Amino acid sequence: MSAPSSARAPTYGPSAQPSSVQLVLRQYDYWVTVYRRTWRGSVISSFLLPLLFLAAMGVGLGGFVDDQADAGALGGLDYLAFIAPGLLATTAMQTAIGESMWPVLGNFKWGKVYFSQAATPLRSDDILLGHLLFVAFRIATTAVVFIAVIVAFGAVSSVAGAVGALLISVLVGMAHATPVFAFAATREDPSAFAVVYRVVIIPLSLFSGAFFPVSQLPGVLEVAAYVTPTWHGVEVTRMATTGTVDWIWMLVHVSYLLVWMMLGWLVARRTFARRLTGG
Amino acid sequence: MTSTTLVLGARPRQFPFVGLGTRVIERNFLVYRRAWIVFLTGFLEPVLYLFSIGIGVGGLVGEFPLDDGSLISYTAFVAPAMLAAAAMNGALYDATFGLFFRFKYDKLYDAVLATPLGPRDIARGELTWCLLRGSCYSAAFIVVMAGMGLIGSWWGLLLIPSSMLIGFAFGGAGMALTTYMKSWQDFEYVTLAIMPMFLFSATFYPLSTYPQALQWVVQMTPLYQGVVLCRELSTGTVGWDAGVAVGYLLIMGSAGLYAASRRLGTLLLK
Repeated sequence: MSAPSSARAPTYGPSAQPSSVQLVLRQYDYWVTVYRRTWRGSVISSFLLPLLFLAAMGVGLGGFVDDQADAGALGGLDYLAFIAPGLLATTAMQTAIGESMWPVLGNFKWGKVYFSQAATPLRSDDILLGHLLFVAFRIATTAVVFIAVIVAFGAVSSVAGAVGALLISVLVGMAHATPVFAFAATREDPSAFAVVYRVVIIPLSLFSGAFFPVSQLPGVLEVAAYVTPTWHGVEVTRMATTGTVDWIWMLVHVSYLLVWMMLGWLVARRTFARRLTGG
Repeated sequence: MTSTTLVLGARPRQFPFVGLGTRVIERNFLVYRRAWIVFLTGFLEPVLYLFSIGIGVGGLVGEFPLDDGSLISYTAFVAPAMLAAAAMNGALYDATFGLFFRFKYDKLYDAVLATPLGPRDIARGELTWCLLRGSCYSAAFIVVMAGMGLIGSWWGLLLIPSSMLIGFAFGGAGMALTTYMKSWQDFEYVTLAIMPMFLFSATFYPLSTYPQALQWVVQMTPLYQGVVLCRELSTGTVGWDAGVAVGYLLIMGSAGLYAASRRLGTLLLK
């Protein structure tokens, strides 16, 4: 960083440099304003669609699955209880990735919001963290509504499970959001996002154990599913909602999700810094 | 070329139905050549759904009853519904988002009006383009179905024109509705209409699952008609329902196309 100009030095001494926490929190007003202006546009995709999926698959198709599948195939769960946590985790994933593509590129390219933020004392890392926190908020609100509904369907076993599922949903979402932030910051136009939607989001939604156990997939695809953060997210969410917790596996899943989140964040710090400083 | 006198207002040679809309098709083709990867991956979505729901969930469900009581594999039950949904989505994307963008932001049609083309050519050209693009996806999907042994009769050959008919119906209606859209937020209503149809039009389980009153509601939706048509053809259980579906979809598409031409004319020539 260049040294502050001598004209500003007396007014803002070294002790006046705000902490990172303060800098991140300063963006609160901005994101509240954004959300108040845009939340209506996300109501259908964030709240309504997952519920329709739950009704069609869990209740409609579930009747047939419960009649015909062996009890062992779903670990003794009925189909609704099986897919509810799966849909919760994949919705968190979808919300997270969607919020990390167009909005991030837009803030670099169209609205240039990041650049105006960078013209203030905010640093690249603060800007990144501020936006990531907003994404976490979006995932959390979506998850709260979804969990309330699956509680009403009787697909959550306990209060602790509901709270745990909420925390896990945010972790699942952020494990997907940070790598996509890192990627979106390197884009010049959004054409790659339509491809990400089709070759990343849809396969992750459909083949990560949300609708059926991944053990039914052919060998290679089964292994591929274990590598994705989404599968770990689905499994650990299911532990929370059904109350059948295997602590060792839970630790494995949560750690794996944390690794994705941290790695994505580290890369995003670099790609954000590079683009914001014009390097 | 032979020397001809230039007649002002004369219209060049025209193809049946599309007329001068061929120029619109040509323009879209040139644009899409640059977005070929988007075009290519568009075909993945229904195939992935087929693999996941048909084979994955099918492994849990086993056999499934048709309306006439005969049993088929769950994959064979879901596949024709995915085809109908793919034909719907393929046409709607271009007819709604695409049309709106070209109309409002590209100002393409204002430019088009400076040529011998009129609103009717635009509507017909765009709709034909939707159908061409949609047919590529449908044909690829039908090949996948046939490869997996999911087409049980020679009626299956009619799946190709049927998926075009579904595209025609949704493309026409989508274009007509798009002429009333004011902002991108309005497209949430498109999603709001498509997703419930996709999930509840006897796509994933038979109509008889619903109570009687709901069955009537479902039967009135256009995607249900498309699903019935495709399913009867792919399973070879063709009956009157398929005929009703053809009539329904034809009327829907023609009405949509007529309304879209009229509306485009009003909006562009006012």
